[in-house]
Amino acid sequence: MADYKIHLLVCGGTGCKSSESQILAEHLRNEIGNQGLKDYAQVVGTGCFGFCEKGPIVKIIPDNTFYTQVKPEDAKEIVEEHIVKGRKVSRLLYKDPKTEKIITDSKGMEFYKKQVRIALRNCGVIDPENIEEYIARDGYSALGKVLTSMTPEETIEIIKKSGLRGRGGAGFPTGLKWEITRQSPGKEKYVVCNADEGDPGAFMDRSILEGDPHSVIEAMAINGFCTGASNGLVYIRAEYPLAIDRLKNAIDQARHYGLLGEKIFGTDFCFDITLRYGAGAFVCGEETALIHSMEGGRGEPTMKPPFPSVKGYLGKPTNVNNVETFASVPVIINKGFEWYSSIGTEKSKGTKVFALAGKVNNVGLIEVPMGITLREVIFEIGGGIKNGKKFKGVQIGGPSGGCLTHKHLDVPIDYESLVAAGAMMGSGGMIIMDEDDCMVDVAKYFLDFTVDESCGKCTPCRVGNKRMHELLVNITKGNGTKDDIDRLMNLGNVIRDTSLCMLGQSAPNPVLSIIDNFREEYEAHIAEKKCPSGVCKALMIYEIVPENCVGCTACARACPVGAITGERKEIHRIDPSLCIKCGACMDRCKFNAVIVN
Amino acid sequence: MEMVKLTIDNKQVEVPRGTTIYKAAKLVGVEIPVLCYMDLKDLNIEHKPGGCRVCVVEVEGRRNLAPSCSTEVTEGMVVKTHSIRVLNARRTVLELLLSDHPKECLTCAKSGNCDLQNMAIKMGIREIHNEDIAEMSTYRMDTSPAIIRDLNKCIMCRRCETMCNDFQTVGALSAINRGFMSVVAPAFEMDLEDSVCTYCGQCVAVCPTGALTEVDHTRQLIRDLANPSKTVIVQTAPAVRAALGEMFDLPAGTLVTGKMVAALRRLGFKYVFDTDFSADLTIMEEGTELLDRLSRHLSGDKNVKLPILTSCCPGWVNFFESQFIDMLEIPSTARSPQQMFGSIAKTYFADKISVKRKDLVVVSIMPCLAKKYECTRDEFKVDGNPDVDYSVSTRELAHLIKQANIEFHSLPEEEFDNPLGESTGAGVIFGATGGVIEAAVRTAYELFTKKKLEKVDFMELRGMDGIREATIDFNGLPVKIGIAHGLGNARKLLEDIRSGKSSYHAIEIMACPGGCIGGGGQPLHHGNIEILKQRTAAIYREDASKPIRKSHENPYIVKLYEEFLGKPMSEKSHKLLHTHYVDKSKKIIYI
Repeated sequence: MADYKIHLLVCGGTGCKSSESQILAEHLRNEIGNQGLKDYAQVVGTGCFGFCEKGPIVKIIPDNTFYTQVKPEDAKEIVEEHIVKGRKVSRLLYKDPKTEKIITDSKGMEFYKKQVRIALRNCGVIDPENIEEYIARDGYSALGKVLTSMTPEETIEIIKKSGLRGRGGAGFPTGLKWEITRQSPGKEKYVVCNADEGDPGAFMDRSILEGDPHSVIEAMAINGFCTGASNGLVYIRAEYPLAIDRLKNAIDQARHYGLLGEKIFGTDFCFDITLRYGAGAFVCGEETALIHSMEGGRGEPTMKPPFPSVKGYLGKPTNVNNVETFASVPVIINKGFEWYSSIGTEKSKGTKVFALAGKVNNVGLIEVPMGITLREVIFEIGGGIKNGKKFKGVQIGGPSGGCLTHKHLDVPIDYESLVAAGAMMGSGGMIIMDEDDCMVDVAKYFLDFTVDESCGKCTPCRVGNKRMHELLVNITKGNGTKDDIDRLMNLGNVIRDTSLCMLGQSAPNPVLSIIDNFREEYEAHIAEKKCPSGVCKALMIYEIVPENCVGCTACARACPVGAITGERKEIHRIDPSLCIKCGACMDRCKFNAVIVN
Repeated sequence: MEMVKLTIDNKQVEVPRGTTIYKAAKLVGVEIPVLCYMDLKDLNIEHKPGGCRVCVVEVEGRRNLAPSCSTEVTEGMVVKTHSIRVLNARRTVLELLLSDHPKECLTCAKSGNCDLQNMAIKMGIREIHNEDIAEMSTYRMDTSPAIIRDLNKCIMCRRCETMCNDFQTVGALSAINRGFMSVVAPAFEMDLEDSVCTYCGQCVAVCPTGALTEVDHTRQLIRDLANPSKTVIVQTAPAVRAALGEMFDLPAGTLVTGKMVAALRRLGFKYVFDTDFSADLTIMEEGTELLDRLSRHLSGDKNVKLPILTSCCPGWVNFFESQFIDMLEIPSTARSPQQMFGSIAKTYFADKISVKRKDLVVVSIMPCLAKKYECTRDEFKVDGNPDVDYSVSTRELAHLIKQANIEFHSLPEEEFDNPLGESTGAGVIFGATGGVIEAAVRTAYELFTKKKLEKVDFMELRGMDGIREATIDFNGLPVKIGIAHGLGNARKLLEDIRSGKSSYHAIEIMACPGGCIGGGGQPLHHGNIEILKQRTAAIYREDASKPIRKSHENPYIVKLYEEFLGKPMSEKSHKLLHTHYVDKSKKIIYI
């Protein structure tokens, strides 16, 4: 085997792949070959680095040079300059937007400074398709340790003491769940990994499975040992083809290495994993719906109790954990619960991965210690609001979460504080809104999602959310009435109070939290028939300022519906009853005579 | 049994662990309103999907409201069933349901017998919020020969699914699509007619609204009765007389045979006949076929297949034609009593009264919805003219009687017309599970042993268990008999036959619980098995009261064979009284 002196890590996550990172890797390999450096430098496709804003990323080891927004055509220069001559390609290096200083090592970047990468520890570091790279980073040593030197009870105790809680959204103590599954009577039990990630914009589970699939496999085996299960199932959405490929490949390798299958580590413990594909229904992230879907039934939730830990897949005790939860387990076993529980707050230990999206400078995947404030996440890691605009709100927890505002910027991120503030941890979606976003429109957007994703089983979710959505549509059309806010609040509270599963119970959260925090925006839409952010088209009125109009007729010619009248060199006017608010007139006018009210 | 103490509306109650709040509340006299919930306790079906959320209650210490139908009690639980929070939620949920429900109560088939309507009345709903902007979830109307699906009226209670899948194991209905657009439908949104539906009508029987109803034939019937060029005659199935009275507030199990005949006459039927007559005819054919197969089997004929299965239940025929096509040669080829009646009426009887086939309208009153489909089958038509023109359910008959202003209670007891109105006790018991096979045994025993059967009541063949078996001594030959009612139970017996485990000589199968007395066209029994038991008792009372109790002793049957048919299984019998079965399985596989 060649003893490589230099490794070129190329991000192979779905985001960077869609920006041609695979072609880039190919070009790099070709250039290395052309230079005769095949045994000297190696190109490694890794999982996601997280800094998607600046992708595709190429990181050179050992000097830790971090190239950003690299294109396939940059390959030649990187190889010729950096690999052959040892000179960094400065135009591809990251420039701090505040200080304008070039930062070569990711450790020095604001984006990474406050991050603590535990679940993402191997993402962007190892080749996820090579089990040996995982093993070289202590992979499967936790499983070995547990199988050969610990009892299931001792292992569960470590997880309990670590304070790890479910990262899928609800935050149920993981160790306790494992203990309940262990104590549930039954010879046949199952371990299920919930990889049915569905929040709009969230992609932490996908990134972990793409970048570090073995960590999940190892954790599932540990869980099987602890709960007495010998079968593992990963419920993964079929829209994640890369994650599926890498997971399948990893399972095959693990079997080949004897880390899955019979008599693992020479013990009597047997464990294997199969995949089940989801068809992309958001509700199948709810564990009972997920189980019904795996059983071949309709993906809809049923009453809890019984909890899956007692009666789950095929009626057997089933331990369901989320991808990120599992990915944190091997490290906790290796480094100890004291280490893990030293991170975070009193009730929320460790770290949480968030998918940072929206109007923030550094869009990407981040992992931060619990207790960090929203301000630190948005303004330091996220680099503040795009284009120097003003921060308005942040939606945390996806469509089930709430929208927080300025006054919450110093709220520490942990399960309880977020709930107290009116949001929830959720699975980790974090969408930042700026002054141009209309909050009524934002509420409508999220509700539109849940209306679409409701399974239809219970009345409040099936009909109630639809009715709330209709009210919001009506308000954004300028037809709202003064009772609408009360109606929304009553409906929202009843839906929360009566829906069968968390999807329905949390669906009104965006609407209700936006009423709490941005009531004046609703009122402006209803009372003044105005959208303060200028988003809701129906509320916009295009007008011509007589003083500025020179009668050039350009606007009238641009109007696709003939809504503008006026003779040459005379003041034009727009007929609001015909205007479709396309904005073509405004674009065409050179005299700033067209304005929006 | 471990007991749990809790408080419901300030009342202490102690119930076994595992009891739901809803049931515990009942014990202290608190009736929590429910909508999707359905307890068919005696059929072992408790449907509690927790979907409608009307039954929510407040549980102290719990974050949200709990559905009382599916939440089990816990020690020390404090429940409030009518706090303001609960009332507001319940009312809001009901308003939501109504906001997506057509306001067609004036013309709805279920009006007056609709759970949703009753609930709206109880809660005093006077307006629907946001009605002007509320979109309705709409779905195309699906009309099959027996059942109409109007899913605009569906409230997603899913009771029909439970009956179709869990109880009947037919698997024709399940929820499809999602959210606001979700509906209960056959796979791939097929029409019911193209699905595996057997038209057993158990879905219709449990539907709380007008989403599932029977095809209405009363309008056509009134037109035909009003047409002077038509001779309209009627036959009434045995189970109808044991249940019709319930529609007129008589206790379950009241026999109203005479009043029913009187009512039918007053409605304008030219002749009022009895399906029991043709039930006797069925026994002649089916019993002879049984004996034929049995004796060939005993003489070592390897080509003959046993057990023989009864074939009078059209729901059951539909079931094996779509799901057990490898066994199409096992059921008896004898047509059902409804069809035998039609066939004889439009030949033998039409000749007798010199009425042309096309001018004779044969109507049947049936406890069944599958009968509506059965009479449309091509096998039962001559030159496109059906032997039985259409079938009217017990419920429809009751509505007709009410429409016609006939005061049912004061009607005199009248007799059926002849020659197709005379029947034996054996014909009557067709209406109850086990009855067909008991009737067959009464005749087959005498034909086989050539001895007189002294004791005609075979108690071992009666009862309500889903699957029963008995061995009848045919003068030294033990004849093993199996009985199933409900298609889920039938499936078990059929799978045993398929795997070679079955040792029966003859099996009776009825699609509905309790047999025809629990049919999909009967007054709704809401799963109360006491009602079914009372109807069954009435059937056996009528049997006991008959002077003749064996089919082959029916003088009009004897005469029919002498004058017209020759003998059982003759060529003419084959043509008029037997049928063949069709492979309908492609519906499952190729759609």
